[in-house]
Amino acid sequence: MRRFEYHRAETLEHASRLLVELGDDSFLFAGGTDLLVEIRERLRRVRNVIDIKSILGLSDITYDEARGLTFGALVTVGRLERLPLVCQRYPNLRAAFASLGSIQVRNRATVVGNICRASPSADTIPPLIADGAFVHIYSRTNMRVVPLAEFFTGPGKSVLAKGEIVTGITVPPALDNSGKAYLKHGRRKAMELSTVGVAVSLTMEDGLCNDIRIALGAVGATVLRAPEAEAMLRGTALDAATIKTAANKAMEECTPISNVRASADYRRDMVGVLTGRAIKQALEAFA
Amino acid sequence: MKRIVELTINGEARDMAVETCCSLLDALRDDVGLTGTKKGCDVGDCGACTVLVDGEPVNACLMLAVEAQGRSIETVEGLQPSVDTLHPLQDAFMRHGASQCGFCTPGILMMAKKLLADNPRPTDEDIRFGLSGNICRCTGYTKIFDAIKSAAREMEAARS
Repeated sequence: MRRFEYHRAETLEHASRLLVELGDDSFLFAGGTDLLVEIRERLRRVRNVIDIKSILGLSDITYDEARGLTFGALVTVGRLERLPLVCQRYPNLRAAFASLGSIQVRNRATVVGNICRASPSADTIPPLIADGAFVHIYSRTNMRVVPLAEFFTGPGKSVLAKGEIVTGITVPPALDNSGKAYLKHGRRKAMELSTVGVAVSLTMEDGLCNDIRIALGAVGATVLRAPEAEAMLRGTALDAATIKTAANKAMEECTPISNVRASADYRRDMVGVLTGRAIKQALEAFA
Repeated sequence: MKRIVELTINGEARDMAVETCCSLLDALRDDVGLTGTKKGCDVGDCGACTVLVDGEPVNACLMLAVEAQGRSIETVEGLQPSVDTLHPLQDAFMRHGASQCGFCTPGILMMAKKLLADNPRPTDEDIRFGLSGNICRCTGYTKIFDAIKSAAREMEAARS
């Protein structure tokens, strides 16, 4: 492996200071399942690795009916995937977590790390955006909370300034009248980056769609919402014809590229198919 | 820079002096001399380096050796209950011919051990899901599944 300096941060303040003082080429290390691969494959120039796993308070998972689900930056994908609350109340998150990498990878990888890597194809991002999740960000001068939908500025890029550290994520409570789904499309089920990922979170009231968020993964520079498609669905009974029209609109709203995994045209077609399917799957909560 | 890491490997307390940028996989193979754990892809794709850390399967290539401080590591060398006895999984793999070139076998054995600890009667689908991070390029999966199911039955019979 290429050589790097290893630092163990004891506190957030310490980690933040190291990030600033050690300069560029310094990266936080939590699960390491992306960072160590990037070092070994020379995809990223890394001089300093700052291990944050000794920092207390970043491993907690809490849930309450008012605030929702909050988990810290060190919580692994595997831990959340196996959490009964996630299995029962957040089937969309459960689907995304269980489809990321392999069991071995999920035992190390953190959800916050998957988010901070800011890949357009990251599995955890679409359902968290569809659920309206928030990111908690620490800096030595203040704490801020940013909607996840506003966190990304491009592939691999986020609003994080030098020295800022994501400490956790809050997902709003899973309401009784909500339905959620995440569908991942790839060539195989495990160890696969998604070709297209579609997340839908919706709420129903008196048989009509009260609210709906559609988040599209791997079809743009960042995970995208499909606001026009969402607007077509709000206030309707989500009948098959309306779903079909909205799914077509979502195809227009995405901006896919062609790469080794799929062509742009194919990705766009799959957005249409998966958006319709994801809405129907989310509605199964009411069946 | 080298650091001393105190850990338990296959039930035995040990110290390792490791470079801070050394993976657990390289430390196990090169410093400790436990070459049963294989280096396939070295980037977490193949599962050949699967070891159990505090009972949980991880890719040893994606963990730094310094992170193993205070942890308990199980490798394929620790699978045998005694020198002249095989683990039921090892025995079943031999009887079913579940190993062709054998490179993926140590990782699959460790993953299967964890699978059966959590789920003593796995279905084919459970095994597929459990082993989805372990690649066998000889494509011997059918015999691997047969061996795991056979070992599961024998381990259950031995318990009752």
